[in-house]
Amino acid sequence: MNIAVLQFPGSNCDQDAFHLFASGLGLPTRYVWHKDTGLGGADLVVVPGGFSYGDYLRCGAIARFSPVMAAVREHASRGGLVLGICNGFQILCEAGLLPGALIRNSSLEYRCMTCELAVADAGPSFNPAVLGGRLRLPIGHGEGNYRIDEAGRARLESNRQVLLRYVDNPNGSLDSIAGVRNEAGNVFGMMPHPDRAFERFHPSRDGLAVARAVLASRLPEVARASA
Amino acid sequence: MINAGLPPNPDPVLNQPITPELVRRHGLLPEEFGQVQAHLGRVPTLTELGIFSVMWSEHCSYKNTRPLLKGFPTEKRGATAQFGRVLVKAGEENAGIIDVGDGWAIAFKIESHNHPSAVEPFEGAATGVGGIIRDIFTMGARPVLLTNSLRFGEMDSAVTRRLLRGVVAGIAHYGNCVGVPTVAGDVYFDRSYEGNPLVNALCLGTLRHEQIRRGKATGLGNPVYYVGAATGRDGLGGASFASRELSAESAADRPAVQKGDPFMEKLLIEACLEMMAVPGLVVGIQDMGAAGLTCSTCETASRGGSGIEIELDRVPQREGAMNSYEIMLSESQERMLVIVERGREAEIEGIFEKWDLHAARVGEVTGTGRMVVRHHGVVVADIPASALTDKAPVYARQASRPAYLDETSRWTAQGAGLADLDAARARAALPVLLAHPTIASKAWIYRQYDHMVQHGTVVLPGSDAGVVRLRLGAKEKFIAISNDCNGRYCYLNPRRGAMIAMVECLRNLVCAGAVPLAMTDNLNFGNPYKPENFYQLRECVAGLAEACTFFDVPVVGGNVSLYNESPEGSIDPTPVVSVVGLVEDEAHVTRQFAREPGERIVLVGGAPDELGGSQYLGVIHGLKTGDAPAVDFAHERRLQDFVLSQIRARRVRAAHDLSEGGLLVALCEMLFDRGGLGAAVELGRLGAARLDALLFGESQGRVLLCVGAGDEAQVLGGAAAAGLRADPLGAVTADGVLRAGTAAGGLQWSVGELRKTWEQSIEASMKRPGLG
Repeated sequence: MNIAVLQFPGSNCDQDAFHLFASGLGLPTRYVWHKDTGLGGADLVVVPGGFSYGDYLRCGAIARFSPVMAAVREHASRGGLVLGICNGFQILCEAGLLPGALIRNSSLEYRCMTCELAVADAGPSFNPAVLGGRLRLPIGHGEGNYRIDEAGRARLESNRQVLLRYVDNPNGSLDSIAGVRNEAGNVFGMMPHPDRAFERFHPSRDGLAVARAVLASRLPEVARASA
Repeated sequence: MINAGLPPNPDPVLNQPITPELVRRHGLLPEEFGQVQAHLGRVPTLTELGIFSVMWSEHCSYKNTRPLLKGFPTEKRGATAQFGRVLVKAGEENAGIIDVGDGWAIAFKIESHNHPSAVEPFEGAATGVGGIIRDIFTMGARPVLLTNSLRFGEMDSAVTRRLLRGVVAGIAHYGNCVGVPTVAGDVYFDRSYEGNPLVNALCLGTLRHEQIRRGKATGLGNPVYYVGAATGRDGLGGASFASRELSAESAADRPAVQKGDPFMEKLLIEACLEMMAVPGLVVGIQDMGAAGLTCSTCETASRGGSGIEIELDRVPQREGAMNSYEIMLSESQERMLVIVERGREAEIEGIFEKWDLHAARVGEVTGTGRMVVRHHGVVVADIPASALTDKAPVYARQASRPAYLDETSRWTAQGAGLADLDAARARAALPVLLAHPTIASKAWIYRQYDHMVQHGTVVLPGSDAGVVRLRLGAKEKFIAISNDCNGRYCYLNPRRGAMIAMVECLRNLVCAGAVPLAMTDNLNFGNPYKPENFYQLRECVAGLAEACTFFDVPVVGGNVSLYNESPEGSIDPTPVVSVVGLVEDEAHVTRQFAREPGERIVLVGGAPDELGGSQYLGVIHGLKTGDAPAVDFAHERRLQDFVLSQIRARRVRAAHDLSEGGLLVALCEMLFDRGGLGAAVELGRLGAARLDALLFGESQGRVLLCVGAGDEAQVLGGAAAAGLRADPLGAVTADGVLRAGTAAGGLQWSVGELRKTWEQSIEASMKRPGLG
């Protein structure tokens, strides 16, 4: 498994994501610059946290137009794995690779804390049997309030696309949603940081399990698409 | 007076005669203006007057404090080959640098942004963070952590709530976006800061020894580059603004407050570090902070013993028709001055193009010793660089002991007829103290800061000291940091109060398992022209110097912020200190939180027996009086050595220093992390003369330890052998109740309820309506 971690000029969790995969899981991992147009044959593309292009307008609103995102779209359409963490989740929603949108926290304040999360049944690799019913992961965001229209919400439910839900909702997200996948099951996005939960001294090491679950993702649709 | 030396400025507005009134408005004394003319041999132009005004302000020149600061130790006597050597000393550069071993070093410094934050809390605090980060990466270091020290008025004031909300949001906005974790800090609320809050921000960065960069302009003909954001009219004359008292008209100074762009800063950090990693490319580099282009050009020239010539037409500008005065004095943020090796222009330009940033060649290094500025082909300023820096005026101000000290230092509880607590009032006092925002949980504040980015935060905010893992090449190192200063003590006894700031900071580090390395300080005081204020300043600096010398903790840099006054008077003297320590083994990292029932609680250092300057007197009795608690350096050293030895022997489950609120508050704080814990302690045996002083007094040199039941005897024996009093108080329990036996009878509280009071206090206050 080869991992590519994208670097936008305002990415600031790029090293965190890099070390989750490189140090935490011992996988070959490298950075890909936002002006690049290729992904170098990566199996998993990680869109890390941060403030992509400053995000003064709207999180991820500019990043979706960056050269590298065309390559990510292409990679995803071929069934390649994509994981967006925090700002990466916001970018994937803006780019239309994941459903829904993230708006300002209901408190109107940034929140950095460790959250208890309930694992949803989102398919063969990502479910409570694999991950356990509860995870503890840190969050750090000002715009993590997940929103989606009624029809989209119904589709999320019927396709089992919700990955994680906050036990104690920190940001006002609809249905306490903390992370979702796309319908095909190869694109994942979440506000909590698995990249802050893998070292000895971190609040938990649940980030490793989340990363493994994403890597192990093999929905029938993906298998078909990549076959 | 007419300037006879230089040609007329292209902007006619700048050709007005330099009148005494104009000189006064630039904050220069008549005799200082005389010195300006002597340096130039003529009358200055208006642009030059502006340049002298900012460079000779207290903020840039330290003219009222430089002689005092000479007492600080700048070298570590006990530095070893492994760590502790001072590689760049205080005052030499933008920040000091300390060796942490294996070829790696840390650069760190604290700086204030008090006045801008009083006027425009969000932008003022945000740009304070931006400025201190630049001071660190300009040394070649990658910023890895931030801390801050904040001081506000009391929470019942709508102004305080507005300032707190704005300052915290501003720090969060900047630090979070740049991606440097804010891992520690301290916050006090006291009436004396009403209208003049303090916002001190610290940044620490890591670098290899060979990466150290200097702010020096050398090498005849080397090109001088301006990199980063374009220049606008924001922050005009900020340095001189910061060197005046705040008044009702200060709101009209808003143009003197800068606007920050953390995304731009992030780009600038990455581009500059990339550039500095290229061998031999960068000759010198300095950020454009206070006094912007002016300060960076004359300081680099002065340090390099060279001159600099710049052409303002080449300075990137975001507003049209700016004149030379405005361009030279602008404090627009996120800009740096870089001197590179001649012939390698394409390399620097390529790097900045990659990051989509300006890199404009604005001038070159000369051998004239002068700072020469041209605009539209005309020389608009021509000044010997050293006149602006080394030759700035230096004053020994008048000091006189404030009269109030006669009264406060003689105060005693007995003398004042202050009745001691009985059981019922002692029981009632604890939750009131826990709810005071100085003592209450600061989670409302630090949960708005990203304190985990860079995934190295080991001890999160809320413990005695923040601990961060540094990834240094293939090595890992753990450092601890704490900020401290109780202004109340410094008001009541300036010298001793400053010493307490140091010893408390050291205790905090030791409780976290760290060996103290070095210190940076931020001296926040009132107008130094008032002899009482200067007395406080002089005494505090002397106290810090004494403590730093005794404990062998060198000062590697800092900042002075004077004129912290509002119409109601001066702030309490507040010499904020921040000490960085090295945790030699990850296993030594210690938190202040009890972990499980059955752990034994030991008080080391003796029973508290002083009330002066305590939060108890302030919160319960409305008094700011008495002498500050006594300080005994030899005792502190024994205590610190002992606590570290026990941590190294792996006998310490938790360690917590006694500070504001005293023994009971410290005990509560140890129980508040894990739900459900309680404690049963017997305090009656401690033999205190007064119950209030025992429970809530703030005597120094005390630490609470949680140790395993099997280790207690050894810990007590070890203390005795070290010549320290240690009292076994009792044990951590599982019933969620705090029980304390005292001479006045048994006291009992629900820990859950105390915790709720402590946890919700600031958040509840912030739900009340603020202003604007």
